[in-house]
This record gives sequence, structure tokens and C-alpha cells, in this order.
Amino acid sequence: MPAETPALEVVGMRKRFGSLEVLKGISLTANDGDVISILGSSGSGKSTFLRCINLLETPDDGVVTVAGEAIKMRRRGDGRAEPADRRQVDRIRSELGMVFQSFNLWSHLTVLENLIEAPVHVQKRPRAECVEEARALLAKVGIADKWSAYPAHLSGGQQQRAAIARALAMRPKVMLFDEPTSALDPELVGEVLRVMRALAEEGRTMLVVTHEMGFARDVSTRVMFLHQGLVEAEGEPDALFSGATSERFRQFISKERG
Amino acid sequence: MDWTFVGATFMRLIAAVPLTLAVWALSVILGAIVAGAVAWMRVSDSKLLQMFARAYVAVFRGTPLLIQLFIIYYGLASLPAVRASIFWPFLRDAFNCGVLSLALCTAAYQSEIFRGALLAVPHAQVEAARACGMSSLLLFRRIIFPIALRHGLPAYSTEMISMVKATALVSLITLWDVLSVALKIRNDTLVTYLPLILAGAIYFAINYVIGAAFLRLERRLSPHLRARPS
Repeated sequence: MPAETPALEVVGMRKRFGSLEVLKGISLTANDGDVISILGSSGSGKSTFLRCINLLETPDDGVVTVAGEAIKMRRRGDGRAEPADRRQVDRIRSELGMVFQSFNLWSHLTVLENLIEAPVHVQKRPRAECVEEARALLAKVGIADKWSAYPAHLSGGQQQRAAIARALAMRPKVMLFDEPTSALDPELVGEVLRVMRALAEEGRTMLVVTHEMGFARDVSTRVMFLHQGLVEAEGEPDALFSGATSERFRQFISKERG
Repeated sequence: MDWTFVGATFMRLIAAVPLTLAVWALSVILGAIVAGAVAWMRVSDSKLLQMFARAYVAVFRGTPLLIQLFIIYYGLASLPAVRASIFWPFLRDAFNCGVLSLALCTAAYQSEIFRGALLAVPHAQVEAARACGMSSLLLFRRIIFPIALRHGLPAYSTEMISMVKATALVSLITLWDVLSVALKIRNDTLVTYLPLILAGAIYFAINYVIGAAFLRLERRLSPHLRARPS
């Protein structure tokens, strides 16, 4: 079988904030259909890792490759890294759907307008087509009737589902979830996790930074456990959660369960 | 009461409204352009531009508009170098000087309104736009500007109304605006209250319309800030 091109590949990613080295060389390969949960206690670098993939933070070192295309970086005079080609970064970002902890919907636009904003203005697709697709996505995440509402008029769970639909509207190659349920009231977590589970089941490639152990264990194809900026353990959820591989991971999950 | 006198006075004052409105409109538009540049400098990365913008705001916001107006109209005219320069045909005209000094002054206030509005744009929403692959220009046009506009409108309408009142100062540099016509009628007839009250009513009416227009715009642009429709 010929080696397939991974949907996303990260090699040797490093990031420091001042004197604090948050990522100390992290690599990851996500093939099409992989659902990778990234776990770790706060400060382990998991969110930073995700944000470095689409360059919301600029990694100091390492290579990100999306569907075979590496993001070109260069060194500035002071030794810091920066993207060599802004337009390439914008294009690759449009291929990575990002879902944020606090939804980050555009407050001045309705739900439907949020969904078609980037498809129409970034991808320059026909508006009618985008609207049609957006309505289908809203139905899929279960808020079809909220298309004309403003984000401020929705519950947290509805906002996050709208934000997931907004990311899907870009037809992304990979979905990045940055603690998508951490800002939600406990009773609203389930509705968002259900949507994410459905996406996983239809074969979406997903990277999910989360504290939801149930999701990591039952839905993901692979789990990556970060500790102090390094991959402490990685593997299939069954193997990892059985506790055979890493003492630290065992401690972590027992703490997360409270 | 002499209603013919009231009517005649009113008509003379109304005849001066176009000049008042012209000074107002030109100065706020010119001021907005200067303010855009000053606000841009103020939020830029360059320390030098930031310092210039801060100094500009400090000077024009920190000194009386009347002094600025007199310096530009009377002060500059007293300098032989200015009278010899290419700017003289422009600066010798009272109307130009009035518009210029009002514009420079409102630019300081407007730039602060712009800056505040820009700073009020939630970083999270900017980040979401970047994550969608928006270029800086698109990000500004589609996300930052519309959100900042909504934040800035209430303060901006106040500044527009202040500027209508500030135009009354040009009556002191020989222009026949609403106030100067009222003062002329008072001088000529020794009737004090009537022309001043009528002039005040005209300014009030202008400002009422401006205030209402901004309120309408605000309501139209910001349905998301109102209570959820039931």
C-alpha cells in the first residue's frame, strides 16, 4: 500500500514565552479520519500546541504540514521565527477549522451570517451556495431554527454548536477543537459532545484538546498526553486508559475523575 | 408681540443655517479623515508615531478651541512668512480658517473615539477571523471596523452635536453664521432675547435631528445588543 499523505503533520514543534519553554519538541501525525484527543493538566502546553498549528501563536521551531503542504517559515533578524508567506498562512488557516473554548462568534452578525462570512469573503464561493450549505450545517448541529438569532441571544451550548457549524462551513481538511466544552455549564456539555461525536463518526479528521475523559476514551482513535511541554504518552485509548503505559497518565486520569 | 419682527428675524437666522451647516459638515468630515490617521498612528507599533499622535491629541484637546481659531485666523495672518507662502490664498479666507481649526480640534476628539472603539473590539473575535484565514485588510473591513463602529457610535454622535455648537465660534472671525446674524440683529434693534432664543432654538433643532439620526443608525446596526426578541 502506498504511504498516504497525512491530513496534518507536525514535526518538532517548540514554543517559548519569555523564559518559559511551553513546547519542547512535539510531533504528531493525523491521517484522514483520525480523531486525536490531546490531554494534559493545565500548563502542559496542549492549547498552545493547537494554537501553534494554525499559527495563532508563532512556533519558534518545527514544521507544520497540512495535506502535504508545509507552512513556510523564516528567521527574523532577532532569531525569532515568523511566517515567510502571509497569504499561504491565510490559505492554510482556511483549511483548518478552529473551534474555541469561548466560541468567539462574531457578535454583530446573525448565526447564518457567521456561517457564510468566511466561505463568501475568504473562499469567494457563491453566496447562495454558502447559505444553502450553512442551513444544512445548522440543521446538522441541531439549531436550524436559530439561523437569524444573534450569538448573544443563544445559550452557551447553542453558541458552541453554531461555532462548530461555522468551522465546518469552510469545508476544512482538519478540525481543531480547543477545549470546546470547558466554558459550558455541565448540563450543556452533552449537546456539544454529541455533535463532536457525530462528526467523528462520519470520518472527520479532528484534533481535540479536552478534559472530557469519556470523549477521549470512547470517541478518539488516538490519545496524546502532554506533560510539561513533552509527549508523555501516546497511543490508542484502550491501551492508554488501561494504565499500562504511563504512571503519570494514570495519576492524571484519577485526578480528572476527582 | 410684534409677529412681523419675529418672522423677519427667524427668516434672517434661517438664511444663515446653510453656512453653519457647511462649516459643520466640512469640519467633521475633514476632522474624521485626520482623526483616522491620528488613531492609526496611536495604535501603530511605531513609538515615534504613537508619540506624535499623543502630542497631537494633548495639544488640540487641551487648549481652548477659541484660541486655536484665533491663532489660525489672526495669528498666522500676522506672520509675513505665512502671507508670502502658497497657503496664504487659503488662509486669508475666514471660512477656510474656521473649517480648518474646527477640523483640527474635532480630529483630536474623534481620534480618541476611534481608538476607544478599536480597543473595545474583542480579541477573541479577531482571532476567530484570523483562524478562518482572513487577511489583515479583510479582517479590518469585515470584522474590526463593523464592531468598532457599533462601539463608537454613541460617543461619536455626542461629538457631532458638540461640533454644531462649536461652529458658533466662527461668528468671532467675521463669518455670518446663525449666531453672528443673531448678534447683529440684537445690535441693530436692541432686542436681546428674541434673536438669541430663536438662534438657540435653531441650534437645538439641528442637534435634535442629528441626535435622532444617530440613534436610528445605532438601533439599526446593533440589534444584537438589545434584549432577545420574544
